[in-house]
Formats: sequence, C-alpha cells, structure tokens
Amino acid sequence: MTVRKSLRAWPVLRQLTGGDRLGRGAAAQSPRHRGMAPRTAEAERVAGSVCPYCAVGCAQKVYVRDEQVVQIEGDPDSPISRGRLCPKGSASLQLVTGPQRLDKVRYRAPYATEWTELDLHEAMEMLADRVVDARARGWQDRDGRGNRLNRTTGLAALGGATLDNEENYLLKKLFTAMGAIQIENQARI
Amino acid sequence: MGSNMAEAHPVGFQWVMEAKGRGARVFHVDPRFTRTSAVADTYVPLRAGSDIAFLGGVINYVLENDLAFHEYVAAYTNASFLVREDFADTEDLDGLFSGYDPETATYDRSSWFYEGAEPGVEDEERARSQTEPLQTGAGGAGVGGAGDVPRDPTLQDPRCVYQVLKRHFARYTPEMVERVCGTPRAQFLEVCRGWTANSNRERTTALVYSVGWTQHSVGAQYIRTGAILQLLLGNIGRPGGGVFALRGHASIQGSTDIPTLFNLLPGYLAMPDDSHADLAAWIADQRSDGHKGYGYQVDAHLVSLLKEYFGDAATPENDFGFGWLPRINGDHGTYRTVMDMIDGKVFGYVVMGQNPAVGSAHGKLQRLGLANLEWLVVRDLNEIETATFWKDSPEVETGEIVPERCRTEVFLMPAASHVEKEGTFTQTQRMLQWRTKALEPTGDRRSELWFAYHLGRLVRERLADSTDERDLPMQKLAWDYATEPGPDGPGPWDEPSADDVLRRINGYDLTTGELLSSYLPLKADGSTSAGCWIYTGVYAGGVNQAARRKPHTEQGPYDAEWGWTWPLNRRVLYNRASADPEGRPWSERKKLIWWDAERGEWTGHDVPDFPVRTPPGHVAPEGSTGPDALGGDDAFIMQADGKAWLFAPHGVLDGPLPTHYEPHESPIRNPLYTQQGNPTRVVYGRPDNPSNPAPPERGSEVFPYVLTAARLTEHHTAGGMSRQLPYLAELQPALFVEVSPELARERGLEHLGEAHVVTSRAAVQARVMVTDRMRPLRIDGRTIHQVWLPYHFGHTGLVRGDVVNDLFGVVEDPNVFIQESKVATCDVRPGPRPRGAALTALLEQVRAAAGVTVETGTRIATAIGTPHVEEDS
Repeated sequence: MTVRKSLRAWPVLRQLTGGDRLGRGAAAQSPRHRGMAPRTAEAERVAGSVCPYCAVGCAQKVYVRDEQVVQIEGDPDSPISRGRLCPKGSASLQLVTGPQRLDKVRYRAPYATEWTELDLHEAMEMLADRVVDARARGWQDRDGRGNRLNRTTGLAALGGATLDNEENYLLKKLFTAMGAIQIENQARI
Repeated sequence: MGSNMAEAHPVGFQWVMEAKGRGARVFHVDPRFTRTSAVADTYVPLRAGSDIAFLGGVINYVLENDLAFHEYVAAYTNASFLVREDFADTEDLDGLFSGYDPETATYDRSSWFYEGAEPGVEDEERARSQTEPLQTGAGGAGVGGAGDVPRDPTLQDPRCVYQVLKRHFARYTPEMVERVCGTPRAQFLEVCRGWTANSNRERTTALVYSVGWTQHSVGAQYIRTGAILQLLLGNIGRPGGGVFALRGHASIQGSTDIPTLFNLLPGYLAMPDDSHADLAAWIADQRSDGHKGYGYQVDAHLVSLLKEYFGDAATPENDFGFGWLPRINGDHGTYRTVMDMIDGKVFGYVVMGQNPAVGSAHGKLQRLGLANLEWLVVRDLNEIETATFWKDSPEVETGEIVPERCRTEVFLMPAASHVEKEGTFTQTQRMLQWRTKALEPTGDRRSELWFAYHLGRLVRERLADSTDERDLPMQKLAWDYATEPGPDGPGPWDEPSADDVLRRINGYDLTTGELLSSYLPLKADGSTSAGCWIYTGVYAGGVNQAARRKPHTEQGPYDAEWGWTWPLNRRVLYNRASADPEGRPWSERKKLIWWDAERGEWTGHDVPDFPVRTPPGHVAPEGSTGPDALGGDDAFIMQADGKAWLFAPHGVLDGPLPTHYEPHESPIRNPLYTQQGNPTRVVYGRPDNPSNPAPPERGSEVFPYVLTAARLTEHHTAGGMSRQLPYLAELQPALFVEVSPELARERGLEHLGEAHVVTSRAAVQARVMVTDRMRPLRIDGRTIHQVWLPYHFGHTGLVRGDVVNDLFGVVEDPNVFIQESKVATCDVRPGPRPRGAALTALLEQVRAAAGVTVETGTRIATAIGTPHVEEDS
C-alpha cells in the first residue's frame, strides 16, 4: 500500500476533504462496510404479516432467506401502525427464531419427574383415544328434569386469543360436535 | 380511564399523540401516574375501583348543568321512554334496585321494563349462570312492545328515562366524587368542563378503556357508565367519538366474534340451553314482541351456521341438526371449570396459546386444578408454567404438589408461530388482517388449524362405526376442508387450508355455489351457509378482503382498502348517528354519512350502518318486525327498539343503571349506600378461594392497602411470549412493586430493597420501587395507600419472579364472568417472603388474624348477610 493511498483511507482526512463533513456517512465507512447490505435487501421473499402480541394489529414484513426468517420489520404501508413496532413487536424475530422455541413433543408420564420424547403422530393418536374416553365418561344425556343436555363435561379447552380466526372456528366446531361445552379463552379474563 | 395506553398499546397511542399535536386535549384518569399520564395534558388520580362514582359524577354534571346534546339524545337514545311505575331505584332502596332476591343474589327484572311492556317469566338464575348479557352481544336484549313504548319527547315526565337518570345520579356530586375516589374537586371539575366543552355539533370526544375497566365485579357497568356519558354528549357513531376498548391479544376480538367461549356460537349467537327443545324454541327465545332491527334475523344466522357445521345433513326435516348441539344449563366458565378439576369432575384439558398458571386470577387454584387432571395438552411456542407445574411450581416448594404423586399426564406440543401459518387476526377495532405464510414450520411445530383438524379426523375415525345417537353430530360433521401438503409432506397429515376455512366462515349461496358478499341475503331455509354471519363479506366478490394492503398513502382517511372490518367493512359503528334525524351531518367538520335525497340512499365516507334506502323520516308500518320495523331515526339497528340505551330495561343482570359499589375487597365502607358491593357478584365460597374481609365485616385492617396490577410495554400478559426473549428480558428483568414514599415510611420499605405483598391467598416477593407515581389518596376522611405490580412474571424463562395473580381470589362480574383482578386489598411487608412451610404458616397466620373463614366476603347482600358458600364447603 502506498503512503498516499493509506493517507486517503484515514477517516479524518476523508471527513475533512470529502462531502461528508459530519462524518456520519461515507467518511466513516470502511471497505468492509461498503460491501455490506441490510438483511432485508438480501431476502429472497417478504411475507406480509401482523404482529402477534397485542390487539393494535401492527403490520409486519417478514424477510426470508435460505428458508430462515432473517428479519421482521414494521410495514410502513399500514394505516394502523405506519411502520412502527413497539419493543415486543421489534423482538418478534427472537420470538420466531430464538432457542427458546420448542421443536419436539415433550411427554410427561403420570408420576414421572422428567420429560421424555414422543413422536408427534403417536401423540395425536394417544390424544384422540383420551378424548374419546373422557368424552364418554363425562357424558350427560339429560338433566334431572328430563331436559336434553346432549353433552360431556369430561374435557375442557382454554385458549384462542393468540390464535387465528380460522383456528378458533375449527376448535369451537369440533368441541361443539363432540358435545364438549367447556371451551374458553382469554376474552373471559 | 382504565387504560395505560402508552404502555400497553404504544403503537396505537401514536394517534393520541398526533391528535394532541393537532390541538386535542388528553386527560388520563388512573390510580397511578403512568407513561400515559406523563404525556397527557392532565393527569387525574382516583382510587382503583371507584370509576363508576367518578363517571357518575360527570353524568350528574352534564344533567345538572343541562349540557347534554339534546337533539341527539332525544332522537337516538331511549331518554324519552317511560319506565314502569313499580320500578324502584338504588336511591330509593339504599343501593338495591327493585326485584332483588337475597337468597339467589339475583334480580327479578320485570319492574325494570318500559311502561306497557309485558315481560315474560324469566329464569333469573339461568340468566345469570349462562351470562345472558354476553349472549346478546351482537344484538340488544329483547324488550316487549318495542314498537310503541309510551314516551315523553319533552323529557319532563318523572318516569321517563332522562328523569330517572337525573335522580339516580343526583348524589354523585363533586364532593361525593372526592370522598369516594379521592380525586381533588378542582381536577374533577376540570375533566367535566373539558369533556362537555368538547362535545357538540362541531366537536367530539373519544373515551378509551382497557382491562382496567373490565376486570371488576362491576366491570360491565363501568363500560355502561362510559357509554351513557358518551351518548348524553352525542359522541357515539360520530368521527372522533366513541368508546374504544383496547384489547390485549392479537386476536382476542376474533376469539370473541368466533368464540372459543362456552356460552356463545359464532357471531354472538346464544349457545342453546336445556330449555330449547327445538330450533323454534331457541328462535323465540332470542326475539321479543315487536323486535326491531337486524337482531331479529337470528333464524337466518343460526341456520346458515348449522348448514356450515353439518352440510347436506342439515335439513329442514331435522331442524338443520339443531338437536345435535350440546346444551348448557349453568356456569361452565373457565374458573368454574378449574374448580371442577379440583373436584375431580374434569378428566382432560387442552390449553393452546394461554398460560393460566400465571395469567389467570388465583394462580394456585389454577395449578392445583392442573395437578388433578388425568391428562393435559399444552400447545405453545415455548415451555411455559402451565406445562411445568408438576416439577417447578410454587406448590412443589410448599409440598402441595409432589411430582411422584401427581398423576397428570402432560403432552407439551410445539406450536407454529404467526409467520409459519396463514390466517386472519381480528384486531381491537374489528379489523380482520390476513397474514401470509413466510415459511413452513420445522420439527413438530404445527398450527392449531392442523391440530384441530387432525384431532377431529382421528376422533371421527374412532366413532365412524358407532350406532350411538350421541355420535351422530361427529359422523355428520362437515369436516371436508381443503388440505395441502404441509410440514408432514403429502399424505394423511396434510395442512388444512385456512383460506378454505375463511371462505366457509364467509359463507355461500348454496343454490349457486357463489361466495356471499353480505349477510343480508342469509336465509333460514337452508339455502345459504355462513360460519359466522358478522364475517360474511370478508370474501365479498370472491376476493379475500382481509388480505388487502393498499398503502395508507394511496387512500383516504378511512383507509377502506386495508384489511376488512366487520360488519361489511364499516369503520364506525352506528354511523347513522353521525347525521341528524333529517339525515344531514351534524356539522360540515364532523360529516361521515348522510342521506342523498336525489339518489334516495345513504352515502358518505364510510359504509352506512343503516338500511341504505330507508329515508330519514321513515315511519315503519304498524306490526312490522326486523329491519322493516326500523324508523328513519332508529340509528341503533341492533337494538330491539332501535335506540341506544341510557337505561337498560333488559340484558344487564346487576341493574338498569350503573351504581357505585365498593370492590369485593375494599378498605372502606361504601359512602353512598348500605349495600357495600355488587349485590349480584359471583362468589365462590370455598376453602381454596378465601376472600380478605371488607367492611362491614371485621378484620379488613389486616389488609389495609388497595392492590392493583397491570402491564409493562416490554412484557406480554403471562410472559410466555416475552420472558424468554433476551431483548425483552433485559429491558424488564425483575418483578417490582411501586409504593409511595409515605407508604414506604409507614411500612419500613427501602427503595430497591425486597418486600412481600400479602393477601389471604398468597405472598409475592418483589423489589421495592418507591415513587411518587403512587400517591396516597384522602378517601372518606382517611388516607388510603395503593400499591401496584406488573403481573408478567413466573417461574420459568430468562427472568423470573413470583406470580402476581396468585394474590387475587376468584370473584366475578355477574354479566360476563370476568374476574375482579384489577383491585383487591393487601398488606406490604419489608424483606423477602418466607418460603416452603414457613410461607404456608404465614398465610395461615394472616387469615387467622383477619378472621377469614369460608363465609368471608360471601354475604353479598349487606343488609341481610346470608353467606353464599358452596354446599360441600
């Protein structure tokens, strides 16, 4: 490297002689910086989404590269949020990609002191057996006055305010068809 | 009021700040000086649990000074309607309305009806145990003879609603407000003047609340008080007006509209009960004599739902499968169900995206319920307290849960995140927004759509050959949703199509196979289907309207092409009231919709919330019902009489008018009435649900302080989506309790030291934050201290802390079964709390000191004093 070239690379000189007098742009950049691009620019696709925390409904843009979510940002097009996200919404990249995410079914047998693993499809089959059994044991045809009840109190469900409308629809429909009435969510609290 | 919007809904709060920047004045009325107070023009303190007294005071100010918006009130509310002669007010009966039965703690509401109306015989206990008011959420409750109620348009008749209202609130003077709420008179009057001066033809005032209002034993009446005031001032249905409920989960509105709730079917249709022998009986129960408006169309809405549920199997001959629906006949709410778990009546529990071990009131009760199940499914993103109660809950430390003796079989199943599935959330202003899927979930992570669909598929397989009649609805169920290859690859475990589910929610004309664009064509003859009638139109024109994302920079102020708002993409409900009775905007500045006489229809900036061709002066034909019965000024089209209810003749269980009652746990005697608390509140008198005493009971001095809890920006509800994230955990790393400098001196609490908050249920340890954000209030001649904690902490995650909800017991509003977890009483003691057996001993000692028994707090009719305890307690 010549002396002249290394002098030109000195940020103070660049700041004094170039167009960036405040040293907040080109003057402060290193060659490595110049070769960098934001994660959002390198994304292969962007999905339009909505923040999963409170009910304001801020729009999000979800950036995906190599089948990984690489960034989540507010969508400036939204008339609700105009691109803004609060600390929770801004942390939703961690919510989606962080190591705290469960990846495998965990099973705790009765009286066990530790989790064990269980195949997902096997868990679903076990659960269907238990639902059929609890439904039958909690079944009530009629009340004391002979009125039809047509229901079970053997099983209950809780949750829905963090779920999609389509999911709540299927859950309520399924529980109702099974005769299971104890289905509730955060709206009650 | 009842909302810390800047903290809990910060991005929505940008609009409040923008309005402030344009000259709006912002008042914040709250027990604590918060992030919202800090940027408001005026902060006004009040005691937690006294909001009805405060707002009742504002109503009295409006009525005494004749500041109501008279033309609006006369045309669009029931102010002129006459109330029956035998109605008696709380002012006459010392805190009770006419019809009270202390044995059942319910009202016979027949004397609350309008003059001349013939109320049917009501089963009041049934009405209460099924939260009837919530079941009439979309339409108002029925009132007999709605078409021709006697009225006095001059509002002078002593029995007209306006005069009843005036007498009811006459004692809610600024002096009384100061005595009950602790709000200095001058500040209270500043709110009164600001609110009334800004409510007229040219100006409107918006009212914002959150769960600071709902989580009370009189919560529904808090909102009623706000609504009455906004109606008197003409602030409903107009731009810039309204009552805004800010909700706290991404689709909590959606899960109410499409309810995973025990007493509702989609679209606020009442769940059938054991009195409904057939469809005709159910329909008759939803309607009343002369019923006006769209609430009358319940037959079309329910039959269309049954057509979606059972498809071709739903026929006119079999009542469209109505008989297959299960019947409710009592309280099956979440708290009752948890007590039923403890009592061994429930075998299995499926918990999805909710963390009741931390997030529900009386966390210990929740965890003991979980520990007495046969099996539990927890579906979540992370390992939450509800899934790990058997190994690390506080009860393991006290020995009340022993892992080796806890039989509950637990399935902890990973859920797909919001970017790994597609579907709609409904946000707090009724707007559905579609999310596209960014990528497939990996490992065992699956959507709840996948879970519900495949669980249904597997249960149906198991019941396919049954000949038992009870299995018919599962066999006949339309469970034929489109599927596509998902994370399991192509095959039997395909992902159901959320798009197809949304289309079926929207509904079809079954004669043409076309998607419907509006709920208006829905029929009761089985020729239409719709899974949720209020969502019909989300697929208008065969297009997913919820997926629209036209930038706000390219459209007008109502942004009608972003998402879709139910019903029919209306952005302002009851917007007929934005125009005067003649159909002209109240002012140019506040115009929204108006009558276009030339074209003979309503038009404007929003979708008109009125029959589009019914002219302003229209008089409905005699004997008509439903939408045809709406007169030109019946702006409240879901109400059985077309009017907004200042006085609720039906549909509310604890009174036709809001009344100040003290919270279930309060340090003071009610200054207004002998009746101390809500005389119809739901108490569960059981040994595992103790109450702190409240006057006139003895022992309340053991818990001298008012306790309240709320959110932080940096955490979310029970912490399941925030305590595990490094950024958020670092921003708010520990549980703390805010106390005033005066209270810190009184109890020897040190800033940044440890303290523990004690109730008859629990002791919770927190770091002390001594701050003048909490200020002592002068209440009825005494100094009352309040303490505040955030409720997000639990025993798993990167940051941990005691569960604040453990401090609260279970006592509920009778209308909606929401628990009172915004106010209780407590003690605060310096230092860490005792642990293990010493903690159990401390709680036994404080209960003994306060004389707490199973009867404490259950003598809900103060003057009579009959305890309401569970039979085997």
